Amino acid sequence: MASEAVYSHRDPMLKKRDDFEDILEERRNSSDLRYALKCYTPVLYKGLTPCKVSELKQMVLQSDQLGYVITQVSKEKGMTTDEVTGDAAAILEEMAQRLQLSTVRFFAFTLSKVFKTLFRSICVNEEGLQRLQQAIHNHPVVLLPSHRSYMDFLLMSYILYTYDLALPVIAAGMDFMGMKVVGEMLRMSGAFFIRRSFGGDKLYWAVFSEYVKIMLKNGYAPVEFFLEGTRSRTAKSLTPKLGLLNIVMDPFLKGEVFDISLVPVSISYERTLEEALYARELLGVPKPKESTSGLFKARKILSEDYGSIHVYFGQPVSVRSLAESRVNRSQFNLIPRHIPTRPSEEILSFVNDSAYRLVRAQEENMVLKPWVLLAFVLLQKQAAEDKQGTALDEFTEQAVWLRDLSRHYGAFLHWPDHIPPSEVVSSSLSLHRGLVRISEGRLLNQAVVILSCVSYRNQALNVFIRPALLASAIHTAASNRKQEIYNGFSFLRNMFSNEFILCPGATVQDFEEACYLLVKTGALQINQQEVLITERGHRTLAFLTSVLDPFLQGYQVVCRFLCEEDCLTEKQFIPAVRKFIIKHLLTGRLRYIEVLSSDLQKNALAALIRLGAVQKIKGYVGFTHLRVPLETTKLFSFTLFISSKNILPLLSVI
Amino acid sequence: MCHTFPALTSDRSSRICSLLYKHGSSMASNSSGSDSSDRQRIAQQRLSVIAGHLQRPVEGNSGILAAECKAQGDKLDVSSERRTVPRRRQEIMKWNGWGYSDSKFLYNKKGQAEFTGKRYRLSGMIIPGLREWMESTFGANLQHKTPAAPILNSSAVQPPTLNEAFLKELKSTGIPFSHDAEDRVFRSHGHCLHEIFALREGKIGRVPDLVVWPNCHNDVVKIVELACKHNVCLMPYGGGTSVSSALECPPEETRSIVSLDTSQMNRILWIDEKNLTAHVEAGIVGQDLERLLNESGYCTGHEPDSMEFSSLGGWVATRASGMKKNIYGNIEDLVVHIKMVTPQGVIEKSCQGPRMSTGPDVHHFIMGSEGTLGVVTEVTMKIRPMPEYQKYGSVVFPNFEMGVACLREVARQRCAPASIRLMDNEQFKFGHALKPQVSSIFTSFLDGLKKFYITKFKGFDPNRLCVATLLFEGDREKVLQHEKQVYDIAAKFGGLAAGEDNGQRGYMLTFVIAYLRDLGMDYYVIGESFETSVPWDRVLDICRNVKARIVRECKDKGVQFPPLSTCRVTQTYDAGACVYFYFAFNYRGLSDPVHVYEQVEHAAREEILANGGSLSHHHGVGKLRKEWMRETISSVGMGMLRSVKDYVDPNNIFGNRNLL
Repeated sequence: MASEAVYSHRDPMLKKRDDFEDILEERRNSSDLRYALKCYTPVLYKGLTPCKVSELKQMVLQSDQLGYVITQVSKEKGMTTDEVTGDAAAILEEMAQRLQLSTVRFFAFTLSKVFKTLFRSICVNEEGLQRLQQAIHNHPVVLLPSHRSYMDFLLMSYILYTYDLALPVIAAGMDFMGMKVVGEMLRMSGAFFIRRSFGGDKLYWAVFSEYVKIMLKNGYAPVEFFLEGTRSRTAKSLTPKLGLLNIVMDPFLKGEVFDISLVPVSISYERTLEEALYARELLGVPKPKESTSGLFKARKILSEDYGSIHVYFGQPVSVRSLAESRVNRSQFNLIPRHIPTRPSEEILSFVNDSAYRLVRAQEENMVLKPWVLLAFVLLQKQAAEDKQGTALDEFTEQAVWLRDLSRHYGAFLHWPDHIPPSEVVSSSLSLHRGLVRISEGRLLNQAVVILSCVSYRNQALNVFIRPALLASAIHTAASNRKQEIYNGFSFLRNMFSNEFILCPGATVQDFEEACYLLVKTGALQINQQEVLITERGHRTLAFLTSVLDPFLQGYQVVCRFLCEEDCLTEKQFIPAVRKFIIKHLLTGRLRYIEVLSSDLQKNALAALIRLGAVQKIKGYVGFTHLRVPLETTKLFSFTLFISSKNILPLLSVI
Repeated sequence: MCHTFPALTSDRSSRICSLLYKHGSSMASNSSGSDSSDRQRIAQQRLSVIAGHLQRPVEGNSGILAAECKAQGDKLDVSSERRTVPRRRQEIMKWNGWGYSDSKFLYNKKGQAEFTGKRYRLSGMIIPGLREWMESTFGANLQHKTPAAPILNSSAVQPPTLNEAFLKELKSTGIPFSHDAEDRVFRSHGHCLHEIFALREGKIGRVPDLVVWPNCHNDVVKIVELACKHNVCLMPYGGGTSVSSALECPPEETRSIVSLDTSQMNRILWIDEKNLTAHVEAGIVGQDLERLLNESGYCTGHEPDSMEFSSLGGWVATRASGMKKNIYGNIEDLVVHIKMVTPQGVIEKSCQGPRMSTGPDVHHFIMGSEGTLGVVTEVTMKIRPMPEYQKYGSVVFPNFEMGVACLREVARQRCAPASIRLMDNEQFKFGHALKPQVSSIFTSFLDGLKKFYITKFKGFDPNRLCVATLLFEGDREKVLQHEKQVYDIAAKFGGLAAGEDNGQRGYMLTFVIAYLRDLGMDYYVIGESFETSVPWDRVLDICRNVKARIVRECKDKGVQFPPLSTCRVTQTYDAGACVYFYFAFNYRGLSDPVHVYEQVEHAAREEILANGGSLSHHHGVGKLRKEWMRETISSVGMGMLRSVKDYVDPNNIFGNRNLL
């Protein structure tokens, strides 16, 4: 158990982070045109053999890997290899980027204009960019930015162009292709397009993975993709997708390159462009299809103030050192490397762990604005039915308290210390004036605002999540025995592992980390057997418990809903559960409006399925049905009307 | 002074001697015409027939055989004055470095590098480029010297643990032995870096307690019987050129350790010209075997880089490989019959059929057994008539990738010359630095012109180009035809023929490179080579990754200067290649350089295995690479080997603890 683990505590407050530099400042003082036409000579990979876009395609089509799959597919489908090669060429044509400096220059010019109107500043850590330059020179590089906005990859390329760094090729979802002109423009600025799903299509997978690998191995350009797979609508990091990470790690694992550098990049927006859009989407208003005309309608956002952006280029992570004493690379010795094989369990778990590590690295370097903390306070007030609003003084006091706590927990907080806190608070509130003037209105309208706030609060959840799990475990435990609290912690952690980034298998480390933080800040005292709350610890624990409370209640409500339903299809689930929740909100039995978020509902369902409380069965109409097995129904009926205090021991039986 | 190369003329004298040595310095037969060598051959044939007659009736009778050994010796062995390896090896060889005492690199008073002695083609020559290369490659400096302990301090050697009963019976057999400190220390090590480094510092660990010199198979039978009887640990010792810690005495061994030096068993017992085989005692060293066979117009063609000093028995025991294996094969292809003395008795086959289907080949228990099962005493080997014509060659490629592609194509077409080796860019530069002073302005002018042509006219990047060296052998017409075929393939990969001289120098380096390490060690530079074999599709990857790993590990371990990390592809096979890595660094500023060195070598081997390379192509496992045996051959494989050991040598008499 916990006591056996060795967790080396490093005071998170001492975490060394680089300083930021505003790149818009220069743009405001000098010619955008000259900037767009500047001499651009990036440092390239030392092992690079320069090649053109067309040669790249030839290399893919002539590769042994693809050749093997083409032969296989032609046998299976009874087609000639020429036909299949034709198909492969067509896939490649649809996919491939056509990076062109002239387009990049065009973007450099227009984006300068746009950015200057939208944002106050775009801050980047220059030291990180220097490290990146070094990494690009030494090894093939993979850029892994966080994904909160469509803006992300334009912004990335813009920054790299500004700093004279090699422009990346970017894996983008096919939905962009819908926008004809823009799609092609993006293609020419380095984007390559992949279908959202191509499950069984061997040929597609082969073309795609070979294309990525060849660009990476040859050092053609840094490869950029989003670990989270899609934009996070909630501003919480999403569970990482492993497909592309698997592909980019493969050349190292098979010895085709000496090493690969993975560079996590954290992009934080003071105000997200898609703010309200996301909230609507989470509430079930369908997202508009990406179209060029739609983009122009979005013009009106140009007139608003979106604050600043912080982009932090993290420490490059060497795949070699990740794999050191984790992966036995000689497992690839006995099958020719061009024959596609299903990755072994060992590899899958390695890639999965690495992915979590990288997402956590993204989270850790995500700059948090004061507003994020204010959102915590506001939401807790709101849930406490504090309809009057709060006096600014009290509000500020709570914000400052939270500021100090989050700093102790290692949050990368950008709180201007030279300005009086009250001014910080009021300027934050004014930037988000669309959200804080909460008006009485229909539930849904209010919900949009709440969920927008939630998306800001969520940015700092990763700072508090481990202590919050611990606080909740302490809160619900019947005694203060350490073992019991650990069990509760472990259960909650397991329950919420679809919701938050919690590395699989790291329960003990997380527990120790949480204990360390709470002991360090004087909220807890821990000895061999017992965990005791100190006098001054109550406020902290109450806060932390309330951090997790909306999620606990949300999951409970989903449980309750499932128990009342007999059998329903997966498609029916979200609308039905939403209806159910609205009913409860209106009757006042449920306090948290944010439970309306479809993200939470989906995560809860996934967790229940994972834990075996709910089963998926294929029904006769071909839909997947959800069914609560009889024996667990019984369990749920217990959990229905009881508080979170009792849900733990009961659910842990499952 | 003769600078022309005899192999390029029609002189049919020994190639190996001409490659290694100056004319006349070591061979009387060089000057003899074809008449005398024919006469010699006939005479030897007759002698070998007689020897065969003499041998048969006395087999198994040890009493007479002792005398027999001597009688035979008088007639057929390498006559005593021409015997390369004396019992007291330290009389002609370095006790704490490579090779002959009289041959070594040094910086003379003018600060120029020269190679001393008279034995080699490079002997007595000035090598003007070496100093600058050493200074620029390693950051070495002539002011910073680390001289070796000049003489062996006998008092540092532990007194021998003698088994008196064994000793008493051994005396009665009349087999020579010694427990002199120098004799014992000489047989306590191979040529791993850590072994030589310790000797240079005068540090001496566990050494054998006794050295015995059996004179023939039956002497060995007696020694092994006595060892079993008195529970003495035996460690066979051939040429002493091991680079796998195979000769290190296990420190945990408490029994008396007896080093069984096979060097005096060095006769060719018979030559069978009908079947083209020769029956040879296993203690003979490569150069003697080749020279004696050459006198009869034959050769084995087995030429490992260590052939001056390594022995036939050692080749068998480690699965050796020779540079001309493309024509002659590796040791396992060359051996027809083996006789080995084990604690359970003598193992040998009953006939000399060229191939048998009689269960797993018992020879393969012996080959690679690394002295853990017994002593190889006699071997029947294939022999070939000496080649009529030899020609060196070299090809310059714009980069290593093209070079490897060319070698792969040569292997695909199965037209590899006797030897084909590809050096990477660093090694090419190294080879360049070892060019001896040119005697005429004309030659240096020509060199300049060549360089200009390749780098300026052909656009080769001097920091990327690499060189393949070639050796063709056979009858003149076929060699020329073969040569054209290979050069045509090379041309397809951008290769330019770069002359015989470059090729020849490349092979010469093979023999002097071991001497060079001693020079490096005088100036804070330590290094070593290691090898592997790898499938073709992995060659480039393994070369890149292992070299990069070495550089990274050196940096991580605090080495202050960038290391030399280079490789070459030295053998081609149908399904892969043998790759050699050279690695050296300047250790100034490190408190425990040998430990750092070992850590880096360990990491490099891990990298090799992770990239699909083998644990060893021909150096063997010894004790240095034991830890990877299980993953290399699987647990079942280990069990198989273990059970053979347990049956053959249940009391671990052959207790060098190699391999398993």
